[in-house]
Amino acid sequence: MAGIDYARPLTASGNLRRRRRIDRLMRGSATAAALIAVAILGLMLFAIAQHGASEISFAFLTQNSPEQLYTPGGGIANAIIGTGLMVALATAVALPLGVLIAVYLTEFATQRTAAPIRLALDLLYGLPSIVIAIFIYGALVYGSGQTGFYASLALAIIMLPLIARTTGEALALVPRELRDASQALGISRWRTTVGITIPSALGGILTGTVLAVARAAGETAPMLLLASVFDNTRTSFNIFGQALPNIPYEIFNLAESGGKVNVAKAWGAALVLVIIVLVASLGARALQQRSMRMMSR
Amino acid sequence: MSDLTPTRSPESAMEESRADTDPVASPVVAPLAIDVQEAAVEDSATREVVFDLHDVNVYYGPALAVAGVSLEIYKNHITAMIGPSGCGKSTIVRSLNRMNDSVSGFRLTGQCTYHGNDLYASAVDPVEVRRRIGMVFQRPNPFPKSIYDNIAWAPRILGMKENLDERVEKALRGAAIWDEVKDRLKTTALGLSGGQQQRLCIARSIAIDPDVLLLDEPCSALDPISTAAVEELMQELKRDYTIVIVTHNMQQAARVAERTAFFSLDLSEGRRTGILVEYDETSKLFTRPADKRTEDYVTGRFG
Repeated sequence: MAGIDYARPLTASGNLRRRRRIDRLMRGSATAAALIAVAILGLMLFAIAQHGASEISFAFLTQNSPEQLYTPGGGIANAIIGTGLMVALATAVALPLGVLIAVYLTEFATQRTAAPIRLALDLLYGLPSIVIAIFIYGALVYGSGQTGFYASLALAIIMLPLIARTTGEALALVPRELRDASQALGISRWRTTVGITIPSALGGILTGTVLAVARAAGETAPMLLLASVFDNTRTSFNIFGQALPNIPYEIFNLAESGGKVNVAKAWGAALVLVIIVLVASLGARALQQRSMRMMSR
Repeated sequence: MSDLTPTRSPESAMEESRADTDPVASPVVAPLAIDVQEAAVEDSATREVVFDLHDVNVYYGPALAVAGVSLEIYKNHITAMIGPSGCGKSTIVRSLNRMNDSVSGFRLTGQCTYHGNDLYASAVDPVEVRRRIGMVFQRPNPFPKSIYDNIAWAPRILGMKENLDERVEKALRGAAIWDEVKDRLKTTALGLSGGQQQRLCIARSIAIDPDVLLLDEPCSALDPISTAAVEELMQELKRDYTIVIVTHNMQQAARVAERTAFFSLDLSEGRRTGILVEYDETSKLFTRPADKRTEDYVTGRFG
């Protein structure tokens, strides 16, 4: 081509210098954005740990609220138990249902029937939790009173699309060859699903379930409407009979009531919740990586 | 195994089998192997027919994938299906145990009987079909379970729970892999080599006492030594089972099969339809083919 001296030293020429500046700028902004995400998480964890760590003690984890709201001492034992019970019951409802939905979608549905169900799950996932809470409140609680079970139902509705979606993805990853092998042995579709497909996808299913548990443990809106009227000085296991104390409502209540003592306790409760959720999420990641290794070997 | 044991090690058995069926050294048409098979095919006319296909057409949606296939497959024979990619040989074999049912748009017309029973009659349960007609696939696909459970899982479900240990051992011996795995039955099957995995899959298939084994390119993912082991195994297995093998490898068909079907592609008028060109005794198909297209293919002039 005319006009270009190809023997010239190979340093930047023409508009390359400007293009290089833009390249550096964009690369720098993208890196900074990624770092901001990490920083936000770090900042939050740091603040919660800094404020909450001094509150956490054996007593804080094993005692209930003191009789007088503004007195120091006491703990959130009943809230931890209540959250544990309600999330466990919600999981017991949502897990089998979610896995069955996923099995239907990946193993039995045709494209035509799967698409609307997937859409419904996505919409359900996007539904604000306060809307789910008000639905349960209007349908079950209003006129009869709160119970832990009703709060569990709201949590189950929140967990359901999450479990169904992640389980569906895990089942879809199971190689078709394994299903073929099983069917070629004269095994029915359902036995193949139960005996081969689900066990092969167990890691993914567990991961999705643990993430759903972590999400449900921190859901606050349903608790405000469905599990907020209780005697906070007592521990209750009567999940079907009365509202149970729970960590999210405890944080809300303590922080909102003000006063140095209560706000400090709210930080402590927040730290407990964060630790539960973090441990669950990291555990889920470890499970997932383990199951990926199992499948790929 | 100790050094004093007089039994032959699997390695030495494999060496021997490799010596007389080395796929690398064989010419395109292996006359030696064909001579071996010739005696066995004399009685084709009097043999019991297992599959009888008459004017079978297979459609995927509106497209005619395979047209007008008519052939008989005989009991305790190895029947090979050869031909270029996309010619429909796998489609036909997968139609023999209804594995194509799950393919969307699959439709079969014509007559396809198994021991005189119409395979595609409405009362036929495909699960029962596959219980009698097993299949081994192109890529070894052991379950992510232990070696023992890979074999024992299906018999347990099918209610063959008595003497399960014996059944597992018999299947593994039958697939010539017992000596290699007997000390590690409880370890995962995914740790086996490709050739071992494929023989494990064969063992898994015969553990439920099937009548027919369909092998869909069982050696295409294996190295020559493993291929030789599987081919030797087929000769053992045909005493008890009827075997249909799809293969890309003409030498393999020549070495193992009594009868061979040559499929090709009909590309006229913009179609892309698989057709059965010629079906005959292997020796005849490879040395005195009746059809020019067969001759071009088996002598390497295809295209």
